[in-house]
Amino acid sequence: MSINTASVPLPAWLEVVVIPILNLLMALFSAGLIMLAIGVNPLEALGFMIQGALGDDYALGYTLYYTTNFIFTGLAVAIAFHASLFNIGGEGQAYIGGLGVALVFLLLDRYLPAVLLVPLGIAAAALFGAAWAFIPGWLQAYRGSHIVITTIMFNFIAASLMVYLLVNVLIQPGQMSPESRAFEPAAWMPSMKAALAPFGIDLVSTPLNLSLVLALVCCVLVWFYIWRTRWGYELRTAGFSEPAARYAGIRPRGVIVTAMCLSGALAGLVAVNEIMGVHHRLLLNFPAGYGFTGIAVSLMGRNHPIGIVVASLLFGVLYQGGAELAFEIPGITREMVVAIQGLIILFSGALALMLRPLVVRLYLRVKPVESLGPATA
Amino acid sequence: MSEWLPSVFAVLDATLRVSTPLILAAMAGLFSERSGIVDISLEGKMLAAAFAAGSVAAVSGSVWLALLSAVLVSVALALLHGFACITHRGNQVVSGLAINILASGLTVVLGIAWFKRGGQTPALSGDARFSPIELPFAEQISDVPVVGRFYADVISGHNLLVYVAFAAVVATWWFVYRTRFGLRLRAVGENPLAVDTAGLSVSGLRYSAVAICGLLAGIAGAYLSTAQNASFVREMTAGQGYIALAALIFGKWRPLAALLACLMFGFLDAVSIRLQGVELPGIGEVPVQAIQALPYVLTVILLAGFIGKAVAPKAVGVPFVKER
Amino acid sequence: MSTSVSGTGAGDLALELKGITKRFGAVVANRDISLSVRRGAIHGIVGENGAGKSTLMSILYGFYQADEGDISVGGKPARINSSRDAIAAGIGMVHQHFMLVDTFTVLENIVLGAESHALLEPNIRAARAELARLADEYGLSIDVDALAGDLPVGEQQRVEILKALYRHADLLILDEPTGVLTPQEADQLFRVLRSLKERGVTVILITHKLREIMDITDEVSVLRLGEMVAHRKTDSTSMQELAELMVGRALDSTDYSRNEALRADASTGIDVQDLVLERDNGTRRLDGVSLTVRRGEILGVAGVAGNGQSALLDVLSGMTAPTSGRFVINGREAGPDDLPSPSEMRDLRINHVPEDRLKLGLVKAFSAAESSLLGYQRAERFNWRGVLRLKSIRRLCASLMADFDVRPADPRLRSASFSGGNQQKLILARELDKSPDVLLVGQPTRGVDIGAIELIHEKLVEMRDAGCAILLVSVELDEILSLSDRIVVMYEGRVVGEVDGKEADKTTLGLMMANAHQPQQAVAS
Repeated sequence: MSINTASVPLPAWLEVVVIPILNLLMALFSAGLIMLAIGVNPLEALGFMIQGALGDDYALGYTLYYTTNFIFTGLAVAIAFHASLFNIGGEGQAYIGGLGVALVFLLLDRYLPAVLLVPLGIAAAALFGAAWAFIPGWLQAYRGSHIVITTIMFNFIAASLMVYLLVNVLIQPGQMSPESRAFEPAAWMPSMKAALAPFGIDLVSTPLNLSLVLALVCCVLVWFYIWRTRWGYELRTAGFSEPAARYAGIRPRGVIVTAMCLSGALAGLVAVNEIMGVHHRLLLNFPAGYGFTGIAVSLMGRNHPIGIVVASLLFGVLYQGGAELAFEIPGITREMVVAIQGLIILFSGALALMLRPLVVRLYLRVKPVESLGPATA
Repeated sequence: MSEWLPSVFAVLDATLRVSTPLILAAMAGLFSERSGIVDISLEGKMLAAAFAAGSVAAVSGSVWLALLSAVLVSVALALLHGFACITHRGNQVVSGLAINILASGLTVVLGIAWFKRGGQTPALSGDARFSPIELPFAEQISDVPVVGRFYADVISGHNLLVYVAFAAVVATWWFVYRTRFGLRLRAVGENPLAVDTAGLSVSGLRYSAVAICGLLAGIAGAYLSTAQNASFVREMTAGQGYIALAALIFGKWRPLAALLACLMFGFLDAVSIRLQGVELPGIGEVPVQAIQALPYVLTVILLAGFIGKAVAPKAVGVPFVKER
Repeated sequence: MSTSVSGTGAGDLALELKGITKRFGAVVANRDISLSVRRGAIHGIVGENGAGKSTLMSILYGFYQADEGDISVGGKPARINSSRDAIAAGIGMVHQHFMLVDTFTVLENIVLGAESHALLEPNIRAARAELARLADEYGLSIDVDALAGDLPVGEQQRVEILKALYRHADLLILDEPTGVLTPQEADQLFRVLRSLKERGVTVILITHKLREIMDITDEVSVLRLGEMVAHRKTDSTSMQELAELMVGRALDSTDYSRNEALRADASTGIDVQDLVLERDNGTRRLDGVSLTVRRGEILGVAGVAGNGQSALLDVLSGMTAPTSGRFVINGREAGPDDLPSPSEMRDLRINHVPEDRLKLGLVKAFSAAESSLLGYQRAERFNWRGVLRLKSIRRLCASLMADFDVRPADPRLRSASFSGGNQQKLILARELDKSPDVLLVGQPTRGVDIGAIELIHEKLVEMRDAGCAILLVSVELDEILSLSDRIVVMYEGRVVGEVDGKEADKTTLGLMMANAHQPQQAVAS
């Protein structure tokens, strides 16, 4: 008789390290097959990618700049996941976060100093992102509409709204391309180069800016919130078991709305990196799929900030390396990265359990008896 | 009267053209979701199919080979979705998302590698495309006021796949409500345990449903690149898979109602282009983006239960676990 | 052990089981079960909750495969690996939870899976004719075009029976068929079963209601703790004997109950008046319950699972608002509109050890320390302005584990990795640690090993002696008898009897639980 492998517990290192790495390898192996199919040597490509992403300061700067976005969107997906909500709306929430930044700066950047403008911009990004996530959260909690469908719809609604605003309202007068005017430098998020210059560290100029620090701070905050506060405790309780939450006097509806707002706020912070840190103006389509990548990042990082940082770095390497790869090898484009991302979501997410029965069987062969059944009778 | 009639007919004619991929994709989604498998990967399947059709048509010059390859690619992706969701009980939304992103990346990568035109496939003409079909008597009765013109201008003169889409709705309705397979399909999406205890295979039914879903989404994709347009263009689905999903929800997972929702969304699309810069009496200028966002807004409102109630198949999204 | 009914040749047997054993991990759900069911008989199978009835039926219908043993149907060896095999062997099953598609008509439900024609219409037409015939033959008339979801439960069950007959089942198994029926519907069902029997259909009736067994069966087998302990001809046994066989494990348990004199003037902890809780469909989970629990007293609530005890706990703990009726709990009045929330209940020093420990009592993925916080995450002791005091939480968990002998005594272990007994001790420790005035306890020893049972019982008695008012819900009669100062019996949402803890005995309670007791013991309501 076959055993039910799903109920066999595995040690943490197999569950958290080995299986995710195997899943990642399957994804990369499939990507290698695609490269072979279009006549590219995958190992050569891998070399170019690593060189292009980590080879020098310039490459590293770009890699970390991408990493920053992925940390924000990865955390956004993760915090919702802990409440067992699937927020696919990171893309739209980031977009609307950008709107918040732009509105604040277009109104105030000529009157206030940087010490006020930068925090205000960050707050606006978070607040607008949160507001855009609040509606689907509220609809799920109080009207029973499914969060996945609503957040998908909200991505499109956000896109239409932003096109309208940029084309008709926020566009800089006398200009053709739908962009807002540039913000005053006081509203810019300082670049890493500028921030480190006073310490005698001389970096090359890249899009990397202090948002990376903000992202890392968010990692700590999210970790603290989820595992060290009673609100995080309530969020996880409701995520694991709604009956247990009700037993413990927790209102699942409140948790849903709170979790979505926090998730939206984190997604909104992408605008800090992109709008305040790099473009210094509001422009079309700046979230560029980062919101969706956050899902892959969170899945790979097992919804834990440390895992998310590691996964974000990996995706940063993929994005930057992919761009360089497109330079180096004719016939390959940076969309290869998008395809790899799809494969990673497939193998680390949808097929995450595919290899588990195999691993369980191997594990039991090595270590048969004691792993079955509870720790003590 | 006669001065505005032609422009009304032109809008209706355009409505049919833009609704066609929505209708095919909505019927595709209907099979999948009625069997209990959430399908947000209509977008990805259509895109991959459109690329396959565009490529094969460009290389072989045969639109039929193009259609066949579109269907094969789409069915393969559908079965991958099934493999993840049915066999491995993976998260259906994650799997759908993976397919969408994979298709979005891969179509461009392969397009550039094969054709070196920035992701576009070579322009098609002649037998490599579905060309307009003149329906019988269109010419003869086009002089009959209103009805005749309507027949000639709106109904007649589309390519084969437009008519296939409408036939697909009728066929879907017939399959779902009039055959043994349809009965089982509806049952497996509502109560898979009842199907299992009736001695039927839940997995088998769901796999057939996603395969049919792949077939129809494949035709929708082929329409985009070989009928509506004359080549594949990167990201040419542009959210139509999601609109189809919205229409399916809007139609409460029923074929005829979903058809009406597709026509409504198609009409909004057709009209939005014409309304650009036009002042409507009493309203003023309606932003084209507002009309484009309308399908999504309406679906959200519907899902929130503010206008009627869209009740999904009860077991949709839930992997079937037999052991209790 | 296998005292199978004599005088039956193998050819007369509709079903024969030999040595069926089924294990789930370390738990043996069915052990060496043998059973012979005579063709054309109505054969009852009785047993308490958890005796292994459902597992046995799942094996017969192909949900599970037995680890050992043989099955023969109609004299021929059968391999039943799926529902399809069971149907092919002529077995029809009426599950406790009906397997109907609510949005389908009766006809559609009946033809599902048994369609011989690829189009729906010919199947429906054939079924319509066949159902008309079945309705005539067995008195099973039904509106075949109604939606299954719109039918009352009695008729839904009829659809299930018709499904089996439409598939030419000659062995019909009914799992707790009357659990959801009104008495009138149950009578109708029995008429149908008798007419099935007259036409040669064999019926297996699984139930815990002894009166039904006596009324309708020809033979009866008793399951206890996964083993078949007795087979009887119904007319040569009695309800008393069956009740004893069913609950019969003679654990020599301590009697903790106290004399009336010791608690005569104790004040009231819980006073419930006419509590009603309706389901969405209007049927009642609680149907006018009134009871009181005094301080320093354990009130045992006995009853077969599903007779309203869970609903009572849900309402009293603040999780579910009653439809009508009021209660006073630790001095606080509550009713449909002013029910305190579970956390307010805790603030009122009313604690709750839930029946379903895996779903409600703890979170499987949490560490033991985290689970030991459940429900008290807002208490100042455990957080400072929202920041959890992890050290004191862990320290408390360690001390709870020491006090209640939870093993392994490691607060960092995942809650799921503890055995049932240790999980339960942890939950009980968490609730008792707050020294409540009122304690609601559900199934404190379900699935708990013997050693832990003793400790749990002692702790509960300690609380009672300290003046706590305890409402104890349990389906274990031994537990009720051992702990309770007073006992009420619930049946179909009502309190059907009250007995003093000192005077109660198992047989009387068993009969009351099966609603088969003599009328003079009933509480007039």
